[in-house]
Amino acid sequence: MRHLISPLDFSVDETEELLLLAEDIAKDPKKYSKVCEGKKIATLFYEPSTRTRLSFEAAMLNLGGSVLGFSSADSSSAAKGESVADTIRVISSYADIAAMRHPKEGAPYVASLHSTIPVINAGDGGHQHPTQTLTDLLTIHSLKGRLDHLTIGLCGDLKFGRTVHSLINALVRYTGIKFVLISPEELRVPTYIRKDVLEDKNVPYKEVESLEEAMPELDILYMTRVQKERFFNEEDYIRLKDRYILDAAKMHFAGPEMLVLHPLPRVNEISVEVDKDPRAVYFKQAQFGVYARMALIMTLLELSL
Amino acid sequence: MLNISGIENGVVIDHIKAGRSMEIYNYLELDKLDCQVAIIKNATSSKMGKKDIIKIQGEMDLNLDILGFIGSHMTINVIRGGKIVEKKKLTMPETVTNVIKCKNPRCITSIEQELPHVFKLTDRKNKTYRCIYCEEKFSHN
Repeated sequence: MRHLISPLDFSVDETEELLLLAEDIAKDPKKYSKVCEGKKIATLFYEPSTRTRLSFEAAMLNLGGSVLGFSSADSSSAAKGESVADTIRVISSYADIAAMRHPKEGAPYVASLHSTIPVINAGDGGHQHPTQTLTDLLTIHSLKGRLDHLTIGLCGDLKFGRTVHSLINALVRYTGIKFVLISPEELRVPTYIRKDVLEDKNVPYKEVESLEEAMPELDILYMTRVQKERFFNEEDYIRLKDRYILDAAKMHFAGPEMLVLHPLPRVNEISVEVDKDPRAVYFKQAQFGVYARMALIMTLLELSL
Repeated sequence: MLNISGIENGVVIDHIKAGRSMEIYNYLELDKLDCQVAIIKNATSSKMGKKDIIKIQGEMDLNLDILGFIGSHMTINVIRGGKIVEKKKLTMPETVTNVIKCKNPRCITSIEQELPHVFKLTDRKNKTYRCIYCEEKFSHN
């Protein structure tokens, strides 16, 4: 039995296999509508994340399975002080697979140690969010046809953004990847990503502050939101939140094939006028998220057509 | 020069980095021992300049994993009848359990007290240990 706790739990080959399955699902989702008949997913959300929870639930429903779970710690036994280990032991007898979101880092890993069903980390604090990474990889793989030989621009909050860190970790495993890290000085990627991941693996990267200057060479522009909750000081947040706003005028600097991704939700970092640009694929990305989760559920439950 | 008499039967932990003997004393819970324990601080060392030494009179099972975790350069001499009968080599253990605590306030261990605090060796070259739950790096300082 396998779990998915970190984006690197799957090897490059296993990831490729999962992405190919997800792409086959995307081509004809109906073909897979009965694969999980009689199976249940428990969505154990100790903090609200409507989008991620609904994506998991939609994935299981699309596969013909059913869903149960809770969407905040208040409505679960955690409010009574039950440990994650005890909760998962009980849930193991109610469901066939579990997706866990928890504000504390490592909670899904603790669950996996005590579970008799596969556990998927649906986000643990600022730590990992592997299904977002799978979603990002699937979006790039499907729309670009490859995960290698790409120049990826990451823009916005590169310091606290866990999706950015996970994506960097996942993409350095492919050849010919270059990163352009676009952020204000204060929100640059942490040293351990720069030194232990990029420099250690000899992955070319550059750090710039101008989005316009970076855009012409990019194959992918991954925008992120500056999250208010990451700041201790509101002044810093206000100063930095509007630093990068992608609008139609800035899109002129991009090549015709560049794609704009965003893990969503966005606030104002991508102007709504960009939505109709065919290069803006963030809503498609959310759809890919469902396909990625469908493929993941099938893989962990060892089910096939 | 300060003189501390040799021990008849027991253990000498030598080549402790100067100033760290109390840390080792605490990790090994030597305060709970009934026997004589001598802590020598800032002894002259040809190799290290200054070093600390701990001498423990009496038989005891030393947790070598803890010592290896703290510093694999230390030497452990087992003394019987006033002579060194064994020199134990230390290696960095793959994991250490309940020796150090994860200090990351966002770690699951911060709210679930019964969880063991387990750190895993993730980089032998740089002596890096990380919490198995949140991957927080442990630093000796």
